[in-house]
Amino acid sequence: MAVEVLELAHGTDRLVLIGIQRRGVELAERIARLIEQDEGVVVPRGALDITLYRDDLETVGPKPVIGETRIPGDLGGKHVVIVDDVLYTGRTVRAALDELADFGRPERISLCVLVDRGGRELPIQPDVVGTKVKVGDGERVDVLVEELDGRDEVDLVSGK
Amino acid sequence: MTAALGKDLVGLERLSPDQIRLILDTAEPFKEVSERPIKKVPALRGKTIVNLFFEASTRTRISFEFAEKRLSADTVNVAASGSAVQKGETLVDTARNLEAMRIDMVVIRHPSSGAAAFLGDRIRSNVVNAGDGKHEHPTQALLDLLTIRDKHGKIAGLKVCLVGDVLHSRVARSNIWGLSKLGAEVGVCGPDTLMPRGIEELGVCRFRRIEEAIEWADVLNVLRLQLERMEMGFIPSVREYYRVFGVTLERLEKAPRPLTIMHPGPMNRGVEIDSRVADGPHSVILDQVTNGVAVRMAVLYLLAGGRPELADAAKRGAE
Repeated sequence: MAVEVLELAHGTDRLVLIGIQRRGVELAERIARLIEQDEGVVVPRGALDITLYRDDLETVGPKPVIGETRIPGDLGGKHVVIVDDVLYTGRTVRAALDELADFGRPERISLCVLVDRGGRELPIQPDVVGTKVKVGDGERVDVLVEELDGRDEVDLVSGK
Repeated sequence: MTAALGKDLVGLERLSPDQIRLILDTAEPFKEVSERPIKKVPALRGKTIVNLFFEASTRTRISFEFAEKRLSADTVNVAASGSAVQKGETLVDTARNLEAMRIDMVVIRHPSSGAAAFLGDRIRSNVVNAGDGKHEHPTQALLDLLTIRDKHGKIAGLKVCLVGDVLHSRVARSNIWGLSKLGAEVGVCGPDTLMPRGIEELGVCRFRRIEEAIEWADVLNVLRLQLERMEMGFIPSVREYYRVFGVTLERLEKAPRPLTIMHPGPMNRGVEIDSRVADGPHSVILDQVTNGVAVRMAVLYLLAGGRPELADAAKRGAE
């Protein structure tokens, strides 16, 4: 995926990786580290918590703990790659696009996800995908990362 | 799903330690919103909030207004002067008329203790107490707690002394509730005439001399001496008050450890606090103001979670 991100951005010159809280932040960090090893360049990375840009505050209620949002410098003229663990309805990405727009005007924004599980409710498609999974109704995809969960794993969980 | 805070924020007396911690933790990320190039998030887009102020206020009203605007809510300010209140309309009628215009929240400042709870029980909208009489001023205490936590990394185990006019202070009452619930030791210090009777029953230590309070405390929260009290005979003179209870540099220099100095504002320099202390290295008075916006954003955000069933229940209870 790191190689694909590099190809997408034509190198590291203008590349900025922004992970979506929480697992996306760890994945962005890993991609950045892989690029650093291969290219010897430190890619600016950031974190985005989209909670305050959700469209469902009324129905799900406030999420008690809001994660950190940290944007590395001015995004003007940059190629921002949004990194998240699972792409499902596309609503999180919609919120992330709105939020990024309030931080500046990147030249381009792309989307990189570890798992695409289908089921989109908005016209949003990823540019870089780790794997595609067919998931039935009522099933859930959980991505675990070592930094937060103690192990790396992608689980298909059925039921609620 | 139950709301994290319920329908209204009336006072800290009614909140559990976990609810208080939830507000402080939620305030944390809101600090960053105020540092963004566009200081605004859409979380409360489409919500209408009325700031109903029956008493003069600059800092609190502006702080609430910033909090509301930075969450993208629509706001209307109503002051008692120049409104139908002057024509004799009751509080509930005023609020019901506002509700008829489909508002979502009311932030109320009122000279009568209990006004916020009274209103909250009678209208569907969320009610936030911005100070009611001598009762409570919960968001002020919450921002004080956040500022103490920022400075010391904790609240439990700290010794916090409220200095001055505790008798008339809703800030003091909310602080005592909040601090004790989070495990701090609370002290009070001031002239006997400005101490409520039975204050020790709230579990606070009583200091009669400011020197003793300074020796004991980690944090001094210096309350405003409401100057109008002097005419009412609570203190002999402002100069004497400063001489006996003023938080001066000379007194603080004798402290066994550096004290964090807080003041809810507006300050009377040279009355309850020395200018050199207010502007000194241990003063966090302006941090309190910055944190006020974040804490109020957190409260509004948590209350706005959309709980029609609770609002309905509250309304039924009032009928």
